[in-house]
Amino acid sequence: MKRILSLLCLVAALWAGSAGAALDPAILKGLASDDFDAKQAAVAGLAAAGDDADAQRLLKALSDDAVAVAGERLLIVAGDQVLDAASGAALKPAPANPESISLNNSLRQQVDGALAALRLFSTDTAERLAAARLLLADMGDGAVLMPLLDKALAHEQDPVIKDILVRLHAQASLGSPDATVRLKAVQELGGSASPAVKALLLGLLDKQGEDFVEPDEKVRLAAQTAIKAIDGRLAWSDTAGQIFTGISLGSILLLAALGLAITYGVMGVINMAHGELLMVGAYSAYAMQALFRARFPEFVDYYVLAAVPVAFFVAAAVGMAMERAVIRHLYGRPLETLLATWGLSLVLIQAARLLFGAQNVEVANPAWMSGGVQLADNLSLPWNRLVIVAFSGFVLLVVWLMMNKTRLGMFVRAVTQNRPMAGCVGVPTARIDTLAFGIGSGIAGLGGVALSQIANVGPDMGQGYIVDSFMVVVLGGVGQLAGAVWAALGLGVVTKFLEGWAGAVIAKILVLVFIIIFIQKRPQGLFALKGRFVD
Amino acid sequence: MRTPASMRLVAGLGPKGWLAIAAVALVAWVGVPLAHLMLPESHPLHVSTYAITLLGKILCYAVVAVAMDLIWGFGGILSLGHGLFFALGGYSFGMYLMRQIGREGSYQSDLPDFMVFLDWKELPWYWAGTDSFLWCLLLAMAVPGVIAFIFGYFAFRSRIKGVYFSIITQALTYAAMLFFFRNETGFGGNNGFTDFKRILGYSITAPETRVVLFGLSVSLLLATIVLGKALIASKFGKVLTAIRDAENRVMFIGYNPLHYKLFIWTLSAMLCGLAGALYVPQVGIINPSEMSVANSIEIAIWVAVGGRGTLIGPVFGAGIVNLSKTWFTTSFPEYWLFFLGLLFILVTLYLPQGVVGLWAKIKARKAEKAALAEARASVAAPRAPAAADAKMPGGAAATVAKGA
Repeated sequence: MKRILSLLCLVAALWAGSAGAALDPAILKGLASDDFDAKQAAVAGLAAAGDDADAQRLLKALSDDAVAVAGERLLIVAGDQVLDAASGAALKPAPANPESISLNNSLRQQVDGALAALRLFSTDTAERLAAARLLLADMGDGAVLMPLLDKALAHEQDPVIKDILVRLHAQASLGSPDATVRLKAVQELGGSASPAVKALLLGLLDKQGEDFVEPDEKVRLAAQTAIKAIDGRLAWSDTAGQIFTGISLGSILLLAALGLAITYGVMGVINMAHGELLMVGAYSAYAMQALFRARFPEFVDYYVLAAVPVAFFVAAAVGMAMERAVIRHLYGRPLETLLATWGLSLVLIQAARLLFGAQNVEVANPAWMSGGVQLADNLSLPWNRLVIVAFSGFVLLVVWLMMNKTRLGMFVRAVTQNRPMAGCVGVPTARIDTLAFGIGSGIAGLGGVALSQIANVGPDMGQGYIVDSFMVVVLGGVGQLAGAVWAALGLGVVTKFLEGWAGAVIAKILVLVFIIIFIQKRPQGLFALKGRFVD
Repeated sequence: MRTPASMRLVAGLGPKGWLAIAAVALVAWVGVPLAHLMLPESHPLHVSTYAITLLGKILCYAVVAVAMDLIWGFGGILSLGHGLFFALGGYSFGMYLMRQIGREGSYQSDLPDFMVFLDWKELPWYWAGTDSFLWCLLLAMAVPGVIAFIFGYFAFRSRIKGVYFSIITQALTYAAMLFFFRNETGFGGNNGFTDFKRILGYSITAPETRVVLFGLSVSLLLATIVLGKALIASKFGKVLTAIRDAENRVMFIGYNPLHYKLFIWTLSAMLCGLAGALYVPQVGIINPSEMSVANSIEIAIWVAVGGRGTLIGPVFGAGIVNLSKTWFTTSFPEYWLFFLGLLFILVTLYLPQGVVGLWAKIKARKAEKAALAEARASVAAPRAPAAADAKMPGGAAATVAKGA
């Protein structure tokens, strides 16, 4: 049925195409009829008319539900004005009792498709490209578009758009009744790397009852070869995509774990409220966004830049207050510190709930961080993730410089390695504790800003991160920046690959099992500090 | 010459201890049932269904707290994953209750409703035999035991301890929670097991059943305390506390800490499993949220509030925290987390020995004051030293005063 219909459309389209610029009365008659098949054929005819202004206006009106029929005449109702559909001339007086034309869903889709296709003739290159992409994503009934595509191909100069059009053309030719045309189309499609094309080709190999969808044996064989070729290309970009999401997860883990690595390294205590410091950072971003929207709406795209220092200092202040008020008094009792900091995290969560509400709040990506770089059909790198990867690289650089090139960093390393000895040579260990805690917390705040750009911001958002970031610290070895980096990236990539292979839950369990086995072999982590300590 | 274990057990508690246990057991098995079943509801001494369920629940928590105290207070191992063992026991026994529903579920099938819902045709292999009460009871102990043994063996063998161990147990329960949340794993997903109808053929909501379950909970708690006391008093307990205080030194003397830690760790997990098995019929539901990270940490705070390193402390702790939770979540739900958070902070900062430690401190201070007053009196009246000595009960007050 569908095949017959599209044939019909094709015939109608060719006929309409040959008929010239003026709107064919047959088309108008078809639209006015009650038969949906006839209407479909008529819309196909309109689409084939292509760049004709009258046809475009009529299609637009159809999509807006502004077409009516009065007697034999087709009208476009635009507000108070009534136009003649065929010529576009205003009619005065308006014919009595116009009856609007009803569209069903498939007809509406066809109209929209045709409108999109007509944009292929726009003079604006960007709009043509967008239209071509749109059609690539969802072409609808290819046969209807064939004549249009032929026309567009003949006109098109831009190589990128031409490329897409060639593919569209091939895709559309799959519906051709001529087997050689189909064979050529399948061979052309074998050059693509798009999952949609693959699905299309797979559809050819399906069976409908006893018969194959594609009756010709040769075309089916060609389709199989083409699918293999596409699979090869897809596999490559799939892997690349997984590595990228892994690295992006790893960079978030790194931001969360860097701070923990410093505080754990210096004081030997796990701050269970570390995840809540991420939350504090994310809410700082939210607050800055609100401030910019209210006060400087013209700079709202740059609120993230302002949020970075604010989040650092707010989180650092909270962290230093925690250290002064609670953690300092539990020195030498790491397990109790664990419990006390858990209590702190509960208080922080509840405070966030009372201040900002229990629901997640909306933190929008600034315009320059939305969208992405399309590397292949199934591989696009979102800007927000790219920015976060770069940002964590920047934070890492700053932390490395601070730890290795400043006096404070030297003190922090000294206290990490041997606290009593550092104290003996005059390092103010208590002050270093507070400062190190502040820096670690501030880095967590930065992580929170990054997280606010890709994840939900809510009071509970930090809870999931403490285990993951501790795993990074365990894997990397205490007090080692290089260890933390490798462990974070490795964990991120491995997790993403396992997720693709076995699902998120099994991946989580496997990573945990892996870490337990790993600790059996290397209890000190990947990069161990050399030294001899025993209690 | 070694005295037999049973004799040491009797001696370990002392006559006062045994008397207290007998009194509690009597109240639980005779007093509460009478007050619940015989007295009319208007009577001031009537124990309501709500109270009996709440108390039963808290008693199960208390067993978990004592089990936690055995490894944390005496072994120095802080587990943040004990909720897992509790829930595993609950799930094992919950399956028996699910099977007892029989064909009275909403799908009238022999299979539990959630399996019918997933279009399963038969029970998965791991639930085989769960129509037997004894097998499920065994599972409730064995499953947590085996998992704890395997996990503990690898963790303790590579000498993972301190915060490392705590965080890894937390990750363990977190991973398990995710696993149980899945529908296709066969644990009822989000909803877990619920809608129980009967246990051993008796209706689960009948007052008599509730009374028996309550009595069993009290008995399990008493048995746990007696067992704990015996363990702590034995040589095993001494080595265990030594490992807690200085593991390396104990190793140098020639003990292998692995065996000691592994034993107490597995035992603790099994006790939690039993508590979970008793908890489920009383509360009427078990779902994966029991394994949440927050729940497991709360167990630690029960022990900390009550007092680590004492066996009675955790019982008080579980009672205090859970009663205040019940009160807060009905009266001021939004402040419960503040209260709990502050409890974590203040108890670790100011009450390292918990309420039991506080009580001992107050008693010691009183004794010290009394001793001082005695001393002043004896200085003021030097002619009556014998009378002052007689009033001081032995040397006890003096030593306590010195200790304080």
